[in-house]
This record gives sequence, C-alpha cells and structure tokens, in this order.
Amino acid sequence: MSAESLLSVRDLRVGFVTEGGRLQAVDGVSFELAPGEVVAIVGESGSGKSVTAQTLIGLTRSPNSRIEGSVRLRGAELIDADDEELRKVRGEQIGMVFQDPMTSFNPVYRIGAQIAEAIRAHRPETSKAEGRERAIELLDSVGIPNAAQRVDDYPHEFSGGMRQRAMIAMALALEPDLLIADEPTTALDVTVQAQILALLARLNRERNLATILITHDLGVVAEVADRVLVMYAGRVVERGTLDQIFYDPQHPYTWGLLGSLTRMDRDRPERLPQISGAPPSLLDLPTGCSFRPRCPHEFDRCTELPGLEARLADAPSHLDRCWLEPERKRELRLVEGEIGLEAPAP
Amino acid sequence: MSTGAEPLLEVTDLVKHFPVKRGLLIDRTVDRIRAVDGVSFSVAPGETLGLVGESGSGKSTLGRAVLQLVKPTSGSVRFEGREIAGLSRRAMRPLRREMQMVFQDPYASLNPRKRVGQIVGEPLRLQGVAKGGELRREVQELLERVGLAAEHYNRFPHEFSGGQRQRIGIARAIALRPKLIVADEPVSALDVSIRAQIVNLLADLQHQLGLTYVFVAHDIGIVRHVSDRIAVMHEGKIVEEGPADRVCEQPRDAYTKQLLAAVPIPDPREARARRQAVRPG
Repeated sequence: MSAESLLSVRDLRVGFVTEGGRLQAVDGVSFELAPGEVVAIVGESGSGKSVTAQTLIGLTRSPNSRIEGSVRLRGAELIDADDEELRKVRGEQIGMVFQDPMTSFNPVYRIGAQIAEAIRAHRPETSKAEGRERAIELLDSVGIPNAAQRVDDYPHEFSGGMRQRAMIAMALALEPDLLIADEPTTALDVTVQAQILALLARLNRERNLATILITHDLGVVAEVADRVLVMYAGRVVERGTLDQIFYDPQHPYTWGLLGSLTRMDRDRPERLPQISGAPPSLLDLPTGCSFRPRCPHEFDRCTELPGLEARLADAPSHLDRCWLEPERKRELRLVEGEIGLEAPAP
Repeated sequence: MSTGAEPLLEVTDLVKHFPVKRGLLIDRTVDRIRAVDGVSFSVAPGETLGLVGESGSGKSTLGRAVLQLVKPTSGSVRFEGREIAGLSRRAMRPLRREMQMVFQDPYASLNPRKRVGQIVGEPLRLQGVAKGGELRREVQELLERVGLAAEHYNRFPHEFSGGQRQRIGIARAIALRPKLIVADEPVSALDVSIRAQIVNLLADLQHQLGLTYVFVAHDIGIVRHVSDRIAVMHEGKIVEEGPADRVCEQPRDAYTKQLLAAVPIPDPREARARRQAVRPG
C-alpha cells in the first residue's frame, strides 16, 4: 500500500489551547493518497476538515497547537520537518488553493509578477523574463483567455472565477504532484464553479495531479472525487470510495447529509429530511459517538466510541464508526425509499 | 398557490440604478449600474415566489427595493393594491408591520449587545403592540414557535449557533404578524445539516401564519424546493418566470438552461453520465 502511496497520513491529531480550554480539532485522522487520486474530505464547520488540510502543510504550527501523528510525503516525514524543508515542500511538491482567491493574491502586484515571484523564490536561477514567460504559459493552461495580456493585470481586474484560475495556475507553477484545494468553489457562482471543477478534473487527468479536496458540498464531491472521508467533530466517521459513500453509506451522519440534499433530478419531497440539533462544541463533546445526541438510532452501546473499522465483509476498504449492524443499517437508512435520516418532527 | 385572487404584491417595471461617481471635489455621475432594470412580477397571498440568480444579477437589490429599503429609481410596487414606491419613511412606518425581511447573515444582522428578548421584542415595542409582562410573554411564545426555548430570552446572540441565530432573525421578522416576508439568502450561510431545518421552519410558519414569501437565493435546488413559482434573474432582468417544476424541468430561456446545467448532481453515476455526454475543456 505505502509503496505506491504519494501521501500517507497516520493518526493525525491536532489540539489547540483556546480561551475556553483545550480542544481536539482533529482526533486521529488516517488515509493514504495514491498518485493521481482525488480524495474529498467532507464536513461542516468545526468538523476538522480544513485543520486537517492545513496541518498537512504545516500551517497550524503555533505555540498554542499540539500536533501528533505522521504525515509522510513520498516517505519523508513532514510533521517534524523544519520550516525551511516545509517551505520547499509547499509549492514544489504540494500546491494549495483556498476558498477566497482575493486574499491569496497581493492586491498591489500584477498577477503575472506574483506567479513569477513564486517560481523565482524556489528556482533562483530563473530570470525575470523566463518567469514571466512561464506565468503566461501557466495562465493559458488554466484557461485564461489572452494570457499574454492578462498577465499584467492586477488581481482586482480579474473576475472571481478568473482569480481562482490564476490561483490554480500559481499552485501549479512548480509542478507539484499534490494539490490541496480548500473549498475552492464555495465563493463562486454555480456556472463558474462548474468551469473550475472541469478544470480540476482536466488537470487531474492530464498531469496525474493528486488532489485533496476539502468541501461541505456533496454535489461537488460527486463530480470529482475518487474516495471520500466524512468528518464530524474532529473525527472521520466514514471512509470509502465515492460509490460506497453515496450508494451504501454506513454512518447515520452520512445518511443525514445525503438525505438533506435538494435533487434537481428528482421530484421534490413535501419536507426536506433534516438532521435535528447542531454539531457539538469541541470543548464539550459527548462521550462515545459524537453524533449520538443528534442520531435517532442511538442505543445503549453508543456511549462507547466506535473505532473506524471495516464492518462489511465484502468491502474491507469501507470504514465507519457506527455500532449498528450493517443489515439493520440498510433498513434504518431508508426514508420514504431514499437514503436519509429519519428525524422526529420539530 | 396562485388562486386568481388579488395579488398581495404587484411589481411593475421596477428600476433601480446606482450612479457611478468620479471626481475629487465635485462628484460627477459618469455611469449607472442597472442593478434592477425593468422588472415586473406579482405574488398571490400565501404563495412563495423564488427569485434566483447569480451574484450581480440584481436579485438582492430587487428584494430590498420591494420593501423600500432602497428607493427604486422608477416603477411601481403595489402592496394590497396600494402604491408604496416612493413613500416617505413616515408613510411607510405603518406598512412595516405588514412586510418584513429575513437576512442572509445571522451573525451580522443581530445586535451583539442586545439580549434575544430585546431583539425579538423590538418591533413589538416600537409599534406599540405590547409592553411589560405582556411583551415578555409574547416574545417567549415567538421563541418557542421558531424552535427555541422561552429561557433563551435573556441570552446574547453570541451564545447561539448559526442556525439558532437564524431562528432568532425569523422570530423578529414574524413578531408583528406580517403578511409578506422577503428572505434574502436565508440559508446560504448555514451548515448543510442546518439548512433543511430552517427551510422546514419557514414552510411550517407559512402554513401556520398564512405568510407570503419572496425567497431570494442563488441555489436553485433550495429555491425549487420552497417555491410555487420561480423567477430567474440575470443582469437586472427577469429572463424567465413560471411554476417551479416547469422552470426547472423544461427551462425555456438560454440562461436558465445554463444555470441548471451547472448545478452539480449529488449522484456519482449520473454525474459520470453527464460528463460523458458533454466533456468540457
């Protein structure tokens, strides 16, 4: 497994000391990523999905954080790498794209100059002219029309979608084999989102670019991911292939997420199936399963935390944290014929 | 549902232009942004009209212009047959009881220094509907109606989650028993698992109180779920309007088609089939 693995994350734990006390933002996340693979980490605010992604590239290091576990990129440990090593890894081996491309570019420098500078910071032998040429090539490759002219634009002269394309171009400048995209389309209009998703899919195909996609949107996941991790309150509650998660989901939280989607290709239900309650505070987690207070299928065993384990005989790579018997789950997860979480009426 | 009764709200040729100004000492108007550019629609009592569009389409400005929160440049807004476009603040005041707004951001739209009881009770107090113990009881009843508890009366907004804050905003909006509520992206700032709760709450309140909604949002999936009719906005104009299912299933306008085609399908097999059909660059 790890022989062909590009990235190997083992039991990653990230704790923060806050005014309210110590909290565990990420509590034991493990996964492998093969070259060219797209893994989606799905969750709501506070699930730990973004903290996981940021920790992979050292962005959560601080006197108030405590990071444990292992993150190996092509076998090299990143968790205890020094800042200089990490700086080289970021950009050269791992590219990053964030939700808001406006805050990722410096507003007072031209787009092309910023991309060229990112290249020259890692490859000092590159001349300014070469950097500029490369920036034009990159902008062109992510579908920016008239790249040779647009290279001299300032960030504010680009539309939101164009800025996100430019951000992707910058992330790819040093030809990394892993892209971490944190809610890359959340701030964009739906028509622009479709273009960016198509671009990510094309890069994945043409460059064999492995991608970790952080998102709250299962529609986006269905469009691009190979495998999915579902996170809740700092833990992975379910992990499987795209089809396993959508067609044979094992955790009630996943049922709830799938059930509450509005489907344009289906008749609309009278009421939207909803998950009752709200995610717990990380400062005051329930004992056992964190989803227990919101789960209509809770039973006595749920006060004990279930491990993330394979519970289906025929799907050893499909893991979940729920004590219910798989057979029972297949009945419980059907709400009026569709996968969902039956919540008591308000 | 559209019943053929008198419309509650009738908007005709509504225009809202924002001037673009340049100049150091003396502002010159050099251009106009046509945020709403000649829009007409009507909403029947008890009906939900969905206004869907992307950023810059003018949908939010239209929602605000309907409630006279921004002054329309021209055109007519009739509420129960009465013209309200251009009414002074004073003349609008009694009408404020009839029409309320729910905002997108439940963090920014609640005063952080006021207690929940004050926030929800403010419209009742200002309009002189209730005071003292009666006001308190009324507010506690409102809190329970939106799924909060009477004990929440003395808490501050920061003690609540995003979904609960949106419930507070909704309690404030229904306090005066309005007939019309304009909801501007009421669920788009909320977590996925909370969105359905708020959508269902709005539906319940509509049934219980006979509310009429103008539901403004960019997410056509949510809009279709809540709306009887949908108006699609693009560049300040309504490009298509019709029954919700018809607009979504048999769109006629090119832009509506484009918008619908871009919505991700949360179903891997169907998403794959669609990608095979049109493999984009």
